[in-house]
Order: sequence, then structure tokens, then C-alpha cells
Amino acid sequence: MIEDFKGFLAVYVENWSDWGPQIYEAVWVTIQLTIASFSLALVLGLLLALGKLSRIGFLRGFCTAYIEVARGIPALAILFLLYFGLVPLGIVFDAFTAGAIGLGMSAAGYIAEVFRAGIQAIHKGQREAALAVGMTPLMTFRYIILPQAIRIILPPMLNMAIILLKDTSICSLISTDELMLRAKDLAMMSFLPMHLFLLAGAIYFCLSWPLSLITRRVETMMQRGRRQTFGG
Amino acid sequence: MMEVGLAGPLLQVEDIHKSFGELEVLKGVDMTLDRGHKTAIVGPSGCGKSTMLRCINYMERPTSGHIHLDGELFGETRSGDRYTPMNEKELARQRAHVGMVFQGFYLWPHLNARDNVAIGPMKVRGLGKAEANELAEAMLEKVHMSHKIDEFPERLSGGQQQRVAIARALAQQPKLMLFDEPTSALDPELIGEVLNVILELAEEGRSMVLVTHEIRFAREVADHVIFLHDGVIVEEGPPKQVIDKPQHERLRAFLRQIVEH
Ligand SMILES: Nc1ncnc2c1ncn2[C@@H]1O[C@H](COP(=O)(O)OP(=O)(O)O)[C@@H](O)[C@H]1O
Ligand SMILES: [Mg+2]
Repeated sequence: MIEDFKGFLAVYVENWSDWGPQIYEAVWVTIQLTIASFSLALVLGLLLALGKLSRIGFLRGFCTAYIEVARGIPALAILFLLYFGLVPLGIVFDAFTAGAIGLGMSAAGYIAEVFRAGIQAIHKGQREAALAVGMTPLMTFRYIILPQAIRIILPPMLNMAIILLKDTSICSLISTDELMLRAKDLAMMSFLPMHLFLLAGAIYFCLSWPLSLITRRVETMMQRGRRQTFGG
Repeated sequence: MMEVGLAGPLLQVEDIHKSFGELEVLKGVDMTLDRGHKTAIVGPSGCGKSTMLRCINYMERPTSGHIHLDGELFGETRSGDRYTPMNEKELARQRAHVGMVFQGFYLWPHLNARDNVAIGPMKVRGLGKAEANELAEAMLEKVHMSHKIDEFPERLSGGQQQRVAIARALAQQPKLMLFDEPTSALDPELIGEVLNVILELAEEGRSMVLVTHEIRFAREVADHVIFLHDGVIVEEGPPKQVIDKPQHERLRAFLRQIVEH
């Protein structure tokens, strides 16, 4: 049994000079893909949330519809659409760009709802008190609402980042050269699928685990942190 | 353009109506407030007191009617006899002249007492940090809160929070102060400290409109009392008249109920 395990590990050692650099490169792509799609989702999500909360009817309608649609269709469908579906129109994205935009557009739907819930959790008296001292709506949002909403938003937002990190693996299906695709290619070439998919799984875990720990830390910090004043 | 300037009244409320959907809450309210004067608005819960106060600084846009502050049309611009609502930016500039104190305090929980007071002058009037802090310290001293200047709202009692909220409004250096039941959310033993601060401000000659259920306090501090009922002013006059010799049965019933309380 122990010998079997040693033998199993030895395979990694044997192949590491071949796999190591390739895996390392692919992990880097996965990280970049996560950062790019998450950044896009944050910006788009905030705009969608503000749009959904706005008083302008058509803007509210558009943003609400976007959020519902983005949450209702699989990210993979968006990826295929961007990567394959737009080619007849002469719009061609490379696999990384299509992956980052597709995942970002899809996650934006969820992130918009996180922002919206966070903003709406702030009692309306907070906003009125700011308007009453003569702040414009923009100042009110920037100095009063957002700093409070961030505290509510941060834990679910970190959760979204973890989900997105793992979801980058579906970009392998549009041939983005990230960790999952590289693991699959190496597995097929080496006939060692168990080794390679276990390795890929372990790497995803090592990337997301620290994020989970941070999320939990932030959650307890927020709970201990300052709550709404009376009247909230 | 009518030039009223220092000569005319500070505040003129002109035939204000306000409806929320089908519900007509204010049905034509007029009032005039001279500089340095204090008007108390009393009336049963739900009669439109808050709505009236909130129309004065356009926290609610009146359905019809007009507000003039210091001779200037508030919340609207006028050309000929056409009135156009102001945009939010112009409105903000005007609101900066009116301090408002809420029943629920609404201090900003992410800022300490000093910053709660200083942030308005900094962002709205563009004061430097040092200058704004100095102003905040002076205003907090006025409400006897200097000892809690670094505390966050959650570590303050209700009465202390309300006093910081008053300091925040004072830092606007407002022409007019609006108080909406400033002590209604407080435990009885904390009411006095807030009323004392308001009384001190009144004695400084500040102009204020005050919604309150503290009838004794209203009599002491106000020079004019308005009894609002169902969105109309039923009776008004000097406190000695309105509170001590009420004419209308509804006002008598209201005062009886308050005293029993
Ligand atoms: N934003 C609003 N939307 C709908 N109804 C409102 C709104 N604000 C106040 N009202 C209604 O207007 C009436 C008067 O409210 P308010 O002015 O707060 O009364 P008061 O301060 O005298 O207790 C109440 O019936 C209340 O439900
Ligand atoms: Mg009220």
C-alpha cells in the first residue's frame, strides 16, 4: 500500500521537468483570467446595480433584464457565443479575451445583485442625512453609502471571486490555454489522467483556500465591526 | 424677480400640497417664519408633520405650492409664471443652508463624531481638513460632546447621538434649522439633555421649525405653534393661546391625549 503510494508520487517526480513549466504557465493564465474577468464583473456589476436602483425607467428595465438573463443562461453558452457565434459577423476574439469577457459578463449578473443588496441594506435615513447637509447624490454615494455597503458586500464578493476562479476551467472548452486545458492535454499525451487531474484539483484548491480563509476572517471582522446606528 | 433680502421673512411656505399616489397628505399649508423666530408644529401621528418639514428642504418635492428661503425660491427656478424643478446639484447647494435633525439621528456609523460633523463642510463647502476639524470641534463643544469626539456612533447613547447630529447640522452654518421629533426615539431619561441643547440654540436667536410631542417644551421654546390635522392647519398662534386656550375640539382632544400620556 505504502509502496503503491510512493510509486504514485514518483511519477510526478519523474515527469516534473516536463509538466512543471507547462503547469506553471497555465496556472498563471488561470490567475490572469480570474483577475480580468472579476475586474470586468465588478465594474459591470456596480453599473448594473446602480442602473437597477435608478429612477430612470428604461435604464432600470435594461439593467434588470440584463441581470436576469445573465443569471439565467450558462456561462458556457456566453463563451461559445462570443468565441464561435460572433465569427460570422466578423468579430473574432482570441480565446483568452473571449473567456475573460464571457465570464465577466456572466458573473456581473450575480455581482450586481450583491452590490444592490448591499446598497439597499443601508437605511434610507443615511442617504437623507447626507442630502440634508447639502451633499449631491454622487457625494452621498461616494462618502456615505459605498463605505457602509462595502462592509456588507465584501464577504459575498470574495465568495464570488472563489467561484469565478474555479469557473475559469470552463474556458478550456473554448481552448483558452489555462490550467484545466493544459492538464487535460498532458493527461492525454502521458496516459496519466489520474495524476494530472488530481494535480489540477490540488492547485485549484491551493488557490482558492486562502481566499476562503480571508473571507471567513473578513466575515468575523464585519460582525464585530460597527453596526448601523439607531434608527437603522 | 422679487428682492426680499433681509427685509422679508426668512421662510415662506406657500400653499403646499403633497400627495403620495392617491393619498393627499398635505392639503394646502401656508406658513411664514421671520428671522430668529421659532415655530413648533404639533399634531397627531400621521397628520403630515414630517412631510411638511421634509417639503421645506425639498427632501420631498411638493405636489404643488412653493417654498421661499431668504427671499429665494427653493427647489425650483422661475421664469415668468413657469416653475421648473431644480436639478440635484442646485438643490444640494440650497439644502446646505438648511440644517435638519431627524427622529432617528442617522449618524453615519463608519465615521466618528468629529468626522460626522466635519465631512459635510469638507465636501460641500470645500473646507480644508484642518479647518473642518476645527469647526467640528467647536460645534461638538456647543452640544457638550467634546469628550466623545473620537467615538463612533455605536458607542454613544441615543441622546449623545442626537447631540452629535445637531452639531452636524450646526456645522452647515444654516440659516434655518428643522427638527423632526428630535426626542421621540429617546429613553425618557435622555430627553432632557437634547432639549437643553435645542433650548440653548433657540436662545442664540436661531431660526427654527420644530416638530415635537413635548408640549411643555414647545410652549417654552416656540413663539408660534401650528396645530396640523389631516394635512391642514386647524389652529395656530402664540403658544399661550394655542396650548393654553385651544379653540378647536380636535386640538383639545389632542392636547388631552398628550397630557394623559
Ligand atoms: N414616502 C411616502 N410614501 C407614501 N406615504 C407616505 C410617505 N411618507 C409619508 N407617507 C404617509 O403620509 C402620512 C403622513 O405622514 P407623516 O408626514 O410622516 O406624518 P407625521 O410626521 O405627522 O406622523 C402618513 O399616512 C404616511 O403613511
Ligand atoms: Mg413624523
